[in-house]
Amino acid sequence: MLSHLPILQVILPLLAAPSCLILGRPALAWGFSFATSAAAMLISMLLLQQVWLEGPISYFLGGWEAPWGIEYRIDLLNAFLLLIVSSLSTVVLAGTRQSVAAEVEANRQTLFYVSWLLCLAGLLGILATGDAFNVFVFLEVSSLSTYTLISLGRDRKALWASYQYLIVGTIGATFILIGIGLMYMMTGTLNMQDLAQRLPVVADTRTVFAAYAFVIVGVCLKLALFPLHLWLPNAYAYAPSAVTAFLAATATKVAVYLLIRFSFTVFGADFSAMDIPLHQLFIALGLIAVFSASLVAILQIDIKRAIAYSSVAQIGYMIIGLGLGTAAGLQATLLHLFNHALMKGALFMSLAAVALRMGSTRLDDLAGLSQRMPLTAMAFVLGGLSLIGVPLTVGFISKWYLVIATLEMGMWPVAALILVGSLLAVMYIWRVVEVMYFRDPPASTQVSEAPVSVLLPLWLLVIANIYFGIDTALPVSVTADAAQALLGWGK
Amino acid sequence: MTDMLLTHYNYWVVMVLMMIGFYIVIAQGNLVKKLVGLNIFQTSVFILYISAGKVSGGSAPILDDAISVYSNPLPHVLILTAIVVGIATTALGLALIIRLREAYGSAEEKDIQEQNQC
Repeated sequence: MLSHLPILQVILPLLAAPSCLILGRPALAWGFSFATSAAAMLISMLLLQQVWLEGPISYFLGGWEAPWGIEYRIDLLNAFLLLIVSSLSTVVLAGTRQSVAAEVEANRQTLFYVSWLLCLAGLLGILATGDAFNVFVFLEVSSLSTYTLISLGRDRKALWASYQYLIVGTIGATFILIGIGLMYMMTGTLNMQDLAQRLPVVADTRTVFAAYAFVIVGVCLKLALFPLHLWLPNAYAYAPSAVTAFLAATATKVAVYLLIRFSFTVFGADFSAMDIPLHQLFIALGLIAVFSASLVAILQIDIKRAIAYSSVAQIGYMIIGLGLGTAAGLQATLLHLFNHALMKGALFMSLAAVALRMGSTRLDDLAGLSQRMPLTAMAFVLGGLSLIGVPLTVGFISKWYLVIATLEMGMWPVAALILVGSLLAVMYIWRVVEVMYFRDPPASTQVSEAPVSVLLPLWLLVIANIYFGIDTALPVSVTADAAQALLGWGK
Repeated sequence: MTDMLLTHYNYWVVMVLMMIGFYIVIAQGNLVKKLVGLNIFQTSVFILYISAGKVSGGSAPILDDAISVYSNPLPHVLILTAIVVGIATTALGLALIIRLREAYGSAEEKDIQEQNQC
């Protein structure tokens, strides 16, 4: 049983999705999805423990040995991400029952949970697989269910956001497909480790260069790197609140994982530094993403949209770390993957609670919220502090590692810009704090605190934000080893 | 030059189709036409895969004692999966367009964005 964990991780939510459809009633579907997601979390914990103690696990699907069969390969990097995705899915699901009941039409709620499980299966599949074509298939499983989830938002603009994302997402996925095809033509293999061994021989050909370019652009579309981010703000702003919390905490992380996996494992770290100055390009685009998205976030009227733009900025930080190309930079990126999932989970969950009680997340409607919903407002503030990078929160840890990594390379202007970028985050968080704490609530409305079932998971995330900001042993040691392994493997 | 055109004609077909599809996605304002463009774009990639699986002088990959050279069947199998994905995407896209038309009363990008502005 234990030896089959890698496949169970993916197949469990995949099989649970159609079973969920049979259950019919939304309440049952929710309970079942939650149980499935919790089981997936348990499996990913066991996997991480196993990988930590015994090293990478190879699992051959149907007993067909790699490179002929499909291999699932779990190393520290994806075991860590599997845990992030499955645990965030579980925590967010725990608090979504009421939010979904309020925001999604009754006859679509069961389908909502079915799509959620499919999306989870797709994301976990991308992470677990060691086969390049399998990546594409799971990418489409998660993407198609994501389009569905977004389109279930109340506003008709959700449909439009979903359609736009469908067009852009399909182009991105097809680019990845082209890249994988070109790699296959040159090497005759689809297994990632096999590719890593065979690509260096043909690395100087234009075909392999084109393959790399297609894969990178395709993945960057998926992870909403500036200037390919235009689908993200609309999609996050109009999707049901629960979906936004889930996607912001998981989907972009998985895309960053793909970028890391293809750049460092498949093509190798040396190849990434070839003809075009890709490292510098990543750092530049990352910085532009931080500044442009943060500035736009400051101007937003809808807070959910502002925090969505902030996601684009945070992805910028991850890409800067990646662009540095050193073990320290890579570690900063991996740390920020984990920390960003925690902070964005907390922020969007608190906004989901606000949307549940107030029916809106517009800035003007939040006046005096601290008096009506003190716990939710407090959670938003703590999540915001973490986003800014205040000491004793996780945000500080990842900024710290990122700044140290840039200074190590002697890039002090980049380090300075990162710190200035954090000040912009202060501005868009402070706007909300000011309205929530220093304005009087409108006398006419009576709003009570969010229900306990929403507050519990929300505060669990907030406490995680603080806990991992103080006791950093687990994420730091795992990411350090994962970064070392990635760079060692490439050579 | 002509040699390059003739020996690699399958890639030229792929490229031309790909650009036609991509152009339609960008230039057309009608949502259904955009989706058709997306389909052409995806189909070009299917041809890329399938033509890459052809081995010169190779027979169809059905085991027979008389034949020693076979075409590579793996790309075909891969692309079957991609075709299924393409159909699912198209179906979902069309379903979205139906709902967009119900909500906005139009399937034109221009009309929808105008209504989103106000």
